Amino acid sequence: MTRYESLIESLGDTPLVGLPHLSPRWEGERPVRLWAKLEDRNPTGSIKDRAAHAMITAAEADGRLTPGCTILEPTSGNTGISLAMVAKLRGYGLVCVMPENTSVERRQLLEMFGARIISSPAAGGSNQAVATAKQLAEQYPDWVMLYQYGNPANAQAHYDGTGPELLRDLPTITHFVAGLGTTGTLMGTGRYLREKVPDISIIAAEPRYGELVYGLRNIDEGFVPELYDDSVLTSRFSVTSYDALRRTRDLIEQEGIFAGISTGAILHAALSIAERVDAKGERADIAFVVCDGGWKYLSTGAYSGSLQQAAERLEGQLWA
Amino acid sequence: MAIEVKIPTILRTYTDGAKAVDGAGETLSALIDNLDGSHPGLKGRLITDEGSLHRFVNVYVNDEDVRFTGSLETTLKDGDSVTILPAVAGGSR
Repeated sequence: MTRYESLIESLGDTPLVGLPHLSPRWEGERPVRLWAKLEDRNPTGSIKDRAAHAMITAAEADGRLTPGCTILEPTSGNTGISLAMVAKLRGYGLVCVMPENTSVERRQLLEMFGARIISSPAAGGSNQAVATAKQLAEQYPDWVMLYQYGNPANAQAHYDGTGPELLRDLPTITHFVAGLGTTGTLMGTGRYLREKVPDISIIAAEPRYGELVYGLRNIDEGFVPELYDDSVLTSRFSVTSYDALRRTRDLIEQEGIFAGISTGAILHAALSIAERVDAKGERADIAFVVCDGGWKYLSTGAYSGSLQQAAERLEGQLWA
Repeated sequence: MAIEVKIPTILRTYTDGAKAVDGAGETLSALIDNLDGSHPGLKGRLITDEGSLHRFVNVYVNDEDVRFTGSLETTLKDGDSVTILPAVAGGSR
């Protein structure tokens, strides 16, 4: 059934597509195959629609959100856009706190959806956005902060949606690879898949940024999302801008998939795992997440010029 | 045996501002002891009094988080690259 009562109803149930060209061995007795879950096919074009919808629905159910409420969230991108869409359709206001060094497309999109943007200093990165949002929540007690980094509904959306969809479409799954940010995708999907396929590997790919993003004054200002539980993961990779860009371009050139830069980081980790499995002569079905399309990142210069030039342009920007 | 260790901005007060330093050791634990010899105080910022990695410090050997490869007992070989980073909220969520 591809008819829906409203845009929100159409979220999830995204396609899983094979990568016959980038996979080490697509056919044969012991294939090592890569599969991309196209989360850019969600209503606002990213995986974050799942978490945004789940968090708002949960807050309505427990009475925190009532008609006319204003939602507050530290977000520099996709979560904000997803929240803005759901908030508009359900009749809520939205205030996003975002670092000033985020791409212009995201700001314009948020403004079109009617969100208000409060900037936090670039030097503080997302940590500062989280801290600023927490201060605002104290100043404006009637604003409702859904707080994607600690909201169980974020992970639950993936336990209920992403995980079951993957297992239905790929019963022979051996590995799941996704980006590590709020950790919601990996925690929710990972827990579901581990329950059903106990020996599955759950692999995290996190972006490694330029130094500006790590501009803490003190190690004790560090941040680990409340949702994070490292027992769910099997391994965790830190991926440089250069490697993420390289894989983003491989994905277009070899498989025709135009994805955002964080997807390149995830593919990089997936390929590292695929090569290891292949070297051992084992079979594998490795599913990974395409978080969003590349449209919102065109202005970053990621898709033009040499890789080295593009990587340099990304320095200091939040690309995932 | 030389292992390149990338130092985050926040810890460069211990390395005279150097972005990367060389160290030696067959395990991460031995490497950190070795680094502390040439850059006194560094170990105390990475490892807690209980002897485990600080909660807000992430260490990667060849881009892989050591918490999933044996933590401080992760083995090292010549030419490995070690990256130390503070845990942050990351990018655009």
